[in-house]
Amino acid sequence: MSAHPIRGRCGEGAVVVFAADMPADVARALDMAGYEWRPVPGLPDASAAEPSTGWGAAVVIVGDDTEAAWAFCRGLRRSDTDPVRTLVLIGGARLDELDLRDDLFDDFCITPFHPSEFDARMRHLLAATPVGPARADLVEYQELSLNLETYQAAIAGRPLDLTFMEYELLKFLAQNPGKVFSREMLLSRVWGYEYYGGARTVDVHVRRLRAKLGEEYADMIQTVRSVGYRFGQMRWGASSDD
Amino acid sequence: MLDQHRDYVLKTVTERGVRLVRLWFTDVLGNLKSFAISPAELENALSDGMTFDGSSIDGFSRVQEADVLAVPDPHTFEILPWGDPGSGAEARVFCDIHDLDGQPFAGDPRQVLRRHVQAAHAQGLTFYIAPDIEFFYFEPPRPGERPVPLDSGGYFDLTTRDATGDLRKRTIRTLEQLGIPVEYSFHEDSPSQQEIDLRHTDALTMADSVMTFRLVVREVAASQGLYATFMPKPLEGVQGSGMHTHLSLFRGDENAFYDPDDPYNLSALAKSFMAGLLVHAAEITAITNPTVNSYKRLVPGFEAPVHVSWARNNRSGLIRVPIPKRGNPVATRVEYRSPDPGCNPYLAFSLMLAAGMRGVEQGYELPAEADANLFELDDIRLSDLGVGQLPQSLADSLRVMEQSDLVREALGDHIFEWFLRNKRREWRDYKTHVSQFEIDRYLGSL
Repeated sequence: MSAHPIRGRCGEGAVVVFAADMPADVARALDMAGYEWRPVPGLPDASAAEPSTGWGAAVVIVGDDTEAAWAFCRGLRRSDTDPVRTLVLIGGARLDELDLRDDLFDDFCITPFHPSEFDARMRHLLAATPVGPARADLVEYQELSLNLETYQAAIAGRPLDLTFMEYELLKFLAQNPGKVFSREMLLSRVWGYEYYGGARTVDVHVRRLRAKLGEEYADMIQTVRSVGYRFGQMRWGASSDD
Repeated sequence: MLDQHRDYVLKTVTERGVRLVRLWFTDVLGNLKSFAISPAELENALSDGMTFDGSSIDGFSRVQEADVLAVPDPHTFEILPWGDPGSGAEARVFCDIHDLDGQPFAGDPRQVLRRHVQAAHAQGLTFYIAPDIEFFYFEPPRPGERPVPLDSGGYFDLTTRDATGDLRKRTIRTLEQLGIPVEYSFHEDSPSQQEIDLRHTDALTMADSVMTFRLVVREVAASQGLYATFMPKPLEGVQGSGMHTHLSLFRGDENAFYDPDDPYNLSALAKSFMAGLLVHAAEITAITNPTVNSYKRLVPGFEAPVHVSWARNNRSGLIRVPIPKRGNPVATRVEYRSPDPGCNPYLAFSLMLAAGMRGVEQGYELPAEADANLFELDDIRLSDLGVGQLPQSLADSLRVMEQSDLVREALGDHIFEWFLRNKRREWRDYKTHVSQFEIDRYLGSL
């Protein structure tokens, strides 16, 4: 395996690889396919080594520290207009980590991987032009609307003044109406890193959100006893006056 | 994540037409300080901070470099719900103060609390706080005159014309717009006195919330041509204003104070935490009760604590352990009853945490519960029970604080020494004042 020191920038179309410990099989597969690639331990190094045209693609290896991998994906996604196309390498036992994180990656490959599958997925990743439904810029639920581009939320036309975490929590809930989420799930998907408050932070933020939604709309977020929270109503059957 | 957060703040400023961003921070005495910047400077401020001259801020000045750096904490960015819609929206953000070389500034109370909170976090613990804040509404004060209450109402009263009920309602609405949820609010025992209990949150957020709370209460009162005060004892002969502080420690989402097998549901950690508070209570009193007026409140007969003791439902002690509804584990907590609503919340919370954690780390043993009404016992009986007293004056509390390694370490030398110097001056000024009491009592008889 060739050594790839983290120094200087890469050329156009280079692949950035996030891994706690660079696996030999991935290195070999990338080398064999002829990609220019650079392993990095985190976002600062990825920024430092980035070519002027940006990274061509990213391979994120989800190791024991799964949070670090998702944080890296999130960091790459920050450029809303042209996010780096990202392939996630993940063990079969961890597939539930992919759930509700679809916005963070473009494709995935289960490890241990078959070299030809990895190869095919990488080619597909780099060849792909942005297809599929454009990312919805507006999330609406009854009187609530969130503009994902401007980060502005409003209820019945009245703008909501939210802190960043309140906005992120509301956005997550509004994008998944009717589903019940445990506090742990909300903590991991919305906060994304080990927030020292633990799942209790979720309760505190739900309360703050309810306070800001105001009395009339506070119960858009419902408490489901012993389970967690649900946004919006569950509809059982259609109603004639919908 | 941090980039997205900055993005959010910057986009919100643009979208909501924010014209002015107020950078808030707190001086050592607990006064809210602010300077405003334009949206154009905000991006810079978020990445590099804003330099300002700290020399005229109480507690900040140093012999050498006067300039310090205010670094906004983007988590605290909020649009202010008041202000003239014609001149555009205003926003605020709390700042951490740093030296020009980037180190946390030793004189910044927020950094002190942050340090303590991080130390607890390193042990897997989160410190949750819920304060019950009392205060008075008065007619705008006239120099040299005593305060004039708005009503003669009492505890839980719904007074006629209910001027104060309306003020409370407006205050709560504004607090909710700022993301500060309220648990209870009601008319307190003394005429024109109110209490608003804030719902618990982590210590740093709560200290910020107390600063915001005091501003909101004053703003709402001023908007109605009235005056709000957090002075501990503005009126003689009636109850004063305190800030009973409910404390708990959580490990993740488990209440580390809760033990289902204990008759009081208190865990060993909770008991040694309480013991820490009791042992060091006198040392931390100068910070929790920082003015000469504070000690006019800490006297028997007005539901303020005088003795260093604890009990489940005894309001004359320093620590009360409320009985939670239906043994709810999440609600198990201790109530520390001495602090003033005018204290510096960052420093007060830091010392409560430090004292409690000292008890936990050294395994202090909790003394027996002191159940009798302590105000009715004489000194002999009290010392039998091993019950000490809180300092009786600012001079007393400063003397005890000065000897305290715990407080020096917890606050850091800079704040510790500055505070002692400042408060000794206050005491000297007070001591040289000849009061009406002395004139009335002694002029005619001596």
